Amino acid sequence: MQKLVSQFELQSGYQVSTSYASSGKLFAQITHGAPFDIFLSADALRPRRLENLGLVVPNQRFTYAIGKLVLWAPGAHSPEEALQQLRQGDFSYLSMANPKIAPYGAAAMEVMTRFGLSQRFLKRTVRGENVAQAYQFVHSGNAQLGFVASAQIVAAGDSLKGAIWRVPKDYYTPIAQQAVWLKRAAGHPAASAFVDYLRSDSAKQIIIAAGYDGLSAPTVSSQESLNRHD
Amino acid sequence: MEMDWQPVWLSLKLASVTTLLLLLIGTPLAWWLSQTRSLFKQPIAAIIALPLVLPSTVLGFYLLLLLGPQGAVGQFMQRLGLDTLPFTFAGLVVASIFYSLPFMVQPLQNAFENLGTKPLESAATLRASPFDTFMSVVVPLARPGFITGIVLCFAHTIGEFGVILMIGGNIPGETQVLSIAIYDHVEMLEYGQAHILSAGMVLFSFVVLLTLYYMNRRIEVRNR
Repeated sequence: MQKLVSQFELQSGYQVSTSYASSGKLFAQITHGAPFDIFLSADALRPRRLENLGLVVPNQRFTYAIGKLVLWAPGAHSPEEALQQLRQGDFSYLSMANPKIAPYGAAAMEVMTRFGLSQRFLKRTVRGENVAQAYQFVHSGNAQLGFVASAQIVAAGDSLKGAIWRVPKDYYTPIAQQAVWLKRAAGHPAASAFVDYLRSDSAKQIIIAAGYDGLSAPTVSSQESLNRHD
Repeated sequence: MEMDWQPVWLSLKLASVTTLLLLLIGTPLAWWLSQTRSLFKQPIAAIIALPLVLPSTVLGFYLLLLLGPQGAVGQFMQRLGLDTLPFTFAGLVVASIFYSLPFMVQPLQNAFENLGTKPLESAATLRASPFDTFMSVVVPLARPGFITGIVLCFAHTIGEFGVILMIGGNIPGETQVLSIAIYDHVEMLEYGQAHILSAGMVLFSFVVLLTLYYMNRRIEVRNR
């Protein structure tokens, strides 16, 4: 996100001020009149709700990134071993984002359900309030396995321990992250420039390099939720 | 609207266990602080008071690292053949003891210090043993301190959020307490459920504090 903002500032000369919080909190703030111009949600659900509430410029909702889910096993040596650890229950705790509030969590639950494991490990599944916390539980060694975001793995770089199993895309509903343009900023040139920038190829490159799938078809269908986070 | 009451019971259980243990740990600690002239008195009092000024996320973050499998306490637990504490009810109890410690120790220490030396000396001339003196002289005289400590610990543990968010893992029936459930409801945009639980918390806290103030006022009046 910082990279996008600084590139945009360089290119456009506008100054962006950002406020980071979970999508649910930002949604609550926006519905109570928070002075934001553009809302980049980590999911598609909240932007859609804002649109239904008539708080955003109509027909401008679009997907700016698609999150990718991975299974991280710091103790494994190969993707196959990581997957095997999950299927055999070879862990004390499995970490994921809370499926009820975070799209990465919902995606993780879809994978567990597909494997027929959703009920079996319920008492050993710890749920972070977001995918950042899911990552932290694994990173601190408290969980031996975790469903995290591909973007987090990219950000960790070479310092990452263990192995990653990249969850096949057809195992879960795409984690579409959508942006909306709030009504109070309708016609605002800086807001308009930022929306254009987000859809540009150079922004897409940054988004893909950060570990997401880039896609920006205007106003996307009913794809399900996710969480990017802070 | 579907309500899940399990987090409410879990919070009550956590607060009860924590308060009971804090009574056992806090009483001797507060007594020692009130009587000692040791060089360590001020540093120890300062450590006990840390949770009053630190964000609870700081405490929670360090507990997660310390109690985890790579932390000093976690490694010690594993050597004993025990499970590590994060994500367990026992872990929440340990965290809550740290978090609510000043709320037990400070009122008790104040109460003990206000007794002065006279009651103790009188008891000693009657050849009461130190333990006997403590139970039959100090405890009754320091009753407002005990009431305040117990009530504040209980209420403070019910309201605990940041620490539990950091080390709880949100497991239903194990670590998903009231404040976490409220947080989840808000994040899920289930404002109705969030309102029921939140309004309950506000009412509960108000009644608790009001009762405390009335009780202490009555004791004050009686002692006049």
